[in-house]
Amino acid sequence: MSAGNVLERRLASVGLVVLFALLGLFAVSPIATLIVASFKPAQEMMRYGLNLRLDPELLSLKNYAYLFSDESLYLIWYRNSLIISALFTVLCLFFSSMVGYALAVYRFRFRNALLTLVLVTMMIPLEIIILPLYKLSISLKLINNMWGVILPFMVAPLPIFFFRQYAGGLPKDYLDAARVDGCTEFGIFFRIMVPLMAPAFSSMLILQALFSWNNFLWPLIVLRTNEQLTIPIGLATLLTPYGNNYDMLISGAVLAIVPILIVFLFFQKYFIEGMTAGGIKG
Amino acid sequence: MSHPVPIPEGRAAVRPSRLRRLAYSQSAAPWLFVLPFILSFAVFFAYPVLSALNMSFQEVLPGQVRYIGLENYRDLWNPTFRKALLNSTEYTVWTLLVLIPLPLALAVFLNSKLMAWSNFFRSTLFIPALVSVVVAGTVFRLAFGELEGALMNSIIAAFGFEPQKWLRQEGLAMFTLVLLATWRWMGVNVLYFLAGLQNIPRELYESAEIDGANTWNKFTRITMPLLKPITIYVLTISIYGGYAMFTESYMLWAGNRSPNDIGLTIVGYLYRNGLEQANLGLGSAVGIVLLIITFTITMIQLRLTGMFRRED
Repeated sequence: MSAGNVLERRLASVGLVVLFALLGLFAVSPIATLIVASFKPAQEMMRYGLNLRLDPELLSLKNYAYLFSDESLYLIWYRNSLIISALFTVLCLFFSSMVGYALAVYRFRFRNALLTLVLVTMMIPLEIIILPLYKLSISLKLINNMWGVILPFMVAPLPIFFFRQYAGGLPKDYLDAARVDGCTEFGIFFRIMVPLMAPAFSSMLILQALFSWNNFLWPLIVLRTNEQLTIPIGLATLLTPYGNNYDMLISGAVLAIVPILIVFLFFQKYFIEGMTAGGIKG
Repeated sequence: MSHPVPIPEGRAAVRPSRLRRLAYSQSAAPWLFVLPFILSFAVFFAYPVLSALNMSFQEVLPGQVRYIGLENYRDLWNPTFRKALLNSTEYTVWTLLVLIPLPLALAVFLNSKLMAWSNFFRSTLFIPALVSVVVAGTVFRLAFGELEGALMNSIIAAFGFEPQKWLRQEGLAMFTLVLLATWRWMGVNVLYFLAGLQNIPRELYESAEIDGANTWNKFTRITMPLLKPITIYVLTISIYGGYAMFTESYMLWAGNRSPNDIGLTIVGYLYRNGLEQANLGLGSAVGIVLLIITFTITMIQLRLTGMFRRED
């Protein structure tokens, strides 16, 4: 390789790093701005807008103190979000993994028809059914009830499909061996398949937990009273035509994303697998 | 595949109970496993879809329902809905134009041998996808505020531009929406393309090099064709995401109320009419129109890209 060629490669390499550093700045700066703003009084922001200026005299923990005070419902929203996300994720993984496993491992009538239905559900934007679903939720007494948020989307097509793909790639020898040893079909699933599918569970756990933690449109429709809201809906109620409660909105938004960022630092691999799960082709 | 029910020795005399037989039955098991899906599909998917179709032909008032034929669909042909249709289409087209070529190029760079710290950059670009639309919308609403000191106005001021009213002007509002989408989804799309690139065997490039192919040849003759399936997938989800967009607009304009409806989308129109004004019939008709649009576009796109021919 000639000296000129080496230099050219060096330059290209540096150019790429600069390009990605700028893009990284674009990715991170809105979050950084938000965190900075959460330590400033809201009047400051009403006057100058959201910016990265750091004036040590203005910085304080007042916004956070307000969030945790009795005047604010933030902690209740936080608790609601935690409960709903945990229940939703656990139930979703439980049912979706069973369905996906059955579609991958057993040969039975209508198996392909069922798989087609799973794919059809994935292909239709859920926004189109929110009105009938809202009517149905009224008759089922699910309005303003956390089960109303959880039940309709609990058996989710994407995790089913993901578990099916994953289970399909696992060796089947164990299954017959377990049957010979007298294991029930459910025993096979819970004792043998679930541990084997652990990586798939991790990816889907993150995908579904993130989805339900951030979910907006459906909980916005179902949850009606202030005490029942989840964080995203609660935060959205702070913007009103009569004025915006920025003190609470910004610090509340920061506390909603910080736990996720911390988990992300440690489990990046599973986030990335989970979030790109749909791209895995059958 | 029928295995006899295994009966452990010593208990052979005991006739297995019906429940026991069920637990060992390989023909019943799959049905028990898929039962949750069948129930959930019937109650929370099939019924609502049919119900939406049915309601779209009705006038739904509290306590009384009347069939009015195509009246709802005729009512939809109004300037506000046309505006929503146009906004959603424009938004979808822009997101496709930005969020496919750009992440593809970035993924190729990240995958190249010249790239340093590619895992670090990959993760950094991904971070916005962790943030909810509510939080992202809040930040963008404030960063694109009208004040001179707001983030975006101070950035353009550095380049010598006047401060802008980002969320009050047609073109700028669309720009803000597309930028918000770009911010949130760029990293995810980069990951999709990166996964596709990593599945292409290196030997293909090596043998092309021996045959004298340059970088561009390799990109157009090897990379592009082999990334086709993943590109089609990204295209499909982007079309769906684009036409179903709602929360971004809801947050930027604090509750679906943009000036002159410059940020109104199809789902925003559905929400306004179906829920805020409780006109379930008209709202359902909007849903059916949205279904027809996304379904038609997907079918056309799958046909054009030849996905139907590759039956497995």
